[in-house]
Amino acid sequence: MTALAHDRETLLAQGAPALLRQMIRVRRFEEKCVELYSATKIRGFLHLCIGEEAVAVGVISSLGPGDAVVSTYREHGHALARGVPMNAVMAEMFGKATGCSRGRGGSMHLFDADLRFYGGNAIVGGGMPPSVGMALADRMNDRDDVTACIFGEGAMAEGEFHESANLAALWHLPVLFVCENNRYAMGTALAREHAETDLTVRAASYGMVAWAVDGMDVLAVREAAERAIALVRGGGGPCFLELRTYRFRAHSMYDPDRYRDKAEIERWRQSDPIPRLTGELLAQGVVSDDEVATWEGEIAQEIEAAIASAEAAPLEPVSDLTRFVTSERQTP
Amino acid sequence: MPETSFSEAVDRALALAMTRDPRVVVLGEDVRLQRRGAFVRFGASRVLDAPISESALLGTALGAAMAGLRPVVEIYFVDFIGVALDQLLNHAAKLEAFTGGRWQAPLVVRAACGGGYGDAGQHQQSLWGLLAGVPGLSVVVPSTPADAAGLLLAAIDGPGPVVFLEHKLLSQQWLDYLGGASREGVQFDVPAAGARGEVGEPPVPVPLGVAALRRQGGDLALVSLGVGVHRCLEAAELLEDEGVWAAVLDLRSVAPLDVQAIVELGRRTGRVLVVDEDYTRGGLSGEVAAVLAEHGVRSAYARVTTEETIPYARALEDAVLPNVERIMAAAHALLVNAPGKRG
Repeated sequence: MTALAHDRETLLAQGAPALLRQMIRVRRFEEKCVELYSATKIRGFLHLCIGEEAVAVGVISSLGPGDAVVSTYREHGHALARGVPMNAVMAEMFGKATGCSRGRGGSMHLFDADLRFYGGNAIVGGGMPPSVGMALADRMNDRDDVTACIFGEGAMAEGEFHESANLAALWHLPVLFVCENNRYAMGTALAREHAETDLTVRAASYGMVAWAVDGMDVLAVREAAERAIALVRGGGGPCFLELRTYRFRAHSMYDPDRYRDKAEIERWRQSDPIPRLTGELLAQGVVSDDEVATWEGEIAQEIEAAIASAEAAPLEPVSDLTRFVTSERQTP
Repeated sequence: MPETSFSEAVDRALALAMTRDPRVVVLGEDVRLQRRGAFVRFGASRVLDAPISESALLGTALGAAMAGLRPVVEIYFVDFIGVALDQLLNHAAKLEAFTGGRWQAPLVVRAACGGGYGDAGQHQQSLWGLLAGVPGLSVVVPSTPADAAGLLLAAIDGPGPVVFLEHKLLSQQWLDYLGGASREGVQFDVPAAGARGEVGEPPVPVPLGVAALRRQGGDLALVSLGVGVHRCLEAAELLEDEGVWAAVLDLRSVAPLDVQAIVELGRRTGRVLVVDEDYTRGGLSGEVAAVLAEHGVRSAYARVTTEETIPYARALEDAVLPNVERIMAAAHALLVNAPGKRG
């Protein structure tokens, strides 16, 4: 990655179409997951990032190939944006052996060791300490990689945030703390869970650079992420980005979503990152309606192929149940 | 071979591992003081002094292990794992399974455990049963210097994650620490034979999940680990004076558990007495009984365990923790209740 961050105009002219396409891809994938969930092809919890795609796409597209990503249980978008193949993600949703976690993780535990995608943490705040360790190992191994640690604002009420932020800052480690602030920790609004609702103030108290960005604007996210990553990679210690976003759907498929006003959701839908950028790019003539339609067709095909592949894939044999359990395998 | 103390053996094994593998790092609270030798020898970049943030520490060790290091993370006393259990229970232990074997967590969590010196209920627990119950976690509890060194080497070299527990009463370093300064008057319930022993040069790795038979005997099997092994050996001596031949099995690992050794000894003796300093319920002592039952071993069974929150006062603490007196009483009851075969 270049150390020089792109400005908005350059991004609009160059990278924006790819960002838009990736956001549409994530959106369509998750919309299909809703159908598959209703059709009982996907089981368990399913947390969707619909509405928050600008965060996943804007931050992750700014990372270099060697960088690590630690994410949450709302991570389909992060995984797809990072390059975990859609076939492997879909097969994981189906619980198949070809899934990126061999069907042992499911929606909440998408992993890809080759991509250093330590996805899939279903414990709020649980991914933060390991992200500090990855950054420590990278520094000790003289790698100039950055670990992007993505979490929701709810995780900032956990002790693991404060321990990790302190340690990363104390040891001056290359961690990018990415707070995907969708304003609700499950069913609890920001102001009901945090005594200090300006999250950047709390991060900054650990001595790291911290600022807030419009998380519904992928270009703003991308620009901020590039700057933050350049700072971290350059040895500036950890950095904190708060990306103000909103989830259009409930916390999970089980959640009846009774804790917020429908008018509030509608208001936020007005700044849906996908139509917003589409409109801007069409107006500027950077993309055409035909191009967008072509993407939609390609994405639909990719999704259908992923489903077909997942349907056809084998299950892990039950006889392999203890195969990857270290304490079992060591039994003489 | 010259005799070595338990803590010297651990330090030697750690130094050996750090010398031959640059990926081995130590992190923990006060390690620049607690591991002064390693700190001086390997420097602050490999012996990392950390704040009292057990969650961040265990998780940092996990992330570092995933990114290519082999961390040994210290959390002082195993009791302190409470605030950080998430990182072991939900992250380190699950990693290999969740990634279908594509990612491992080769890390060692090192902690002191055990009681008998008046530190009450938040500093003297064992907790190996709690930890060993989690699939994916290995838990080892050495009783001799050779095993301490050997199990640590195997743990560091293995696929992890391993919890390595040192009983404070076996470790001269911990005894010095606990007995220093204002604690000079404190008496410790240290085994009479102590915990010095021969250690190979270099120390020999000891595989996880393999028990060691410390004493032969056909009348009764005393099954234990950590400091309990020394108490069992003392009890076995006393029993021998009474004409009872007690075998002493040192489990060494709680997970993986050497099922075969337990079953064989249970069959051979017909009487099994488990001496487990951990809590009674849902733990190792019950697991041994289950193993015997599952394998159709028709042996008599009893256990000496820690039944309550460990109290401060000496007399109460004595009554709660397993000691030779309690082992003898349980052994006598077992011999009376199951007179069957002798010798």
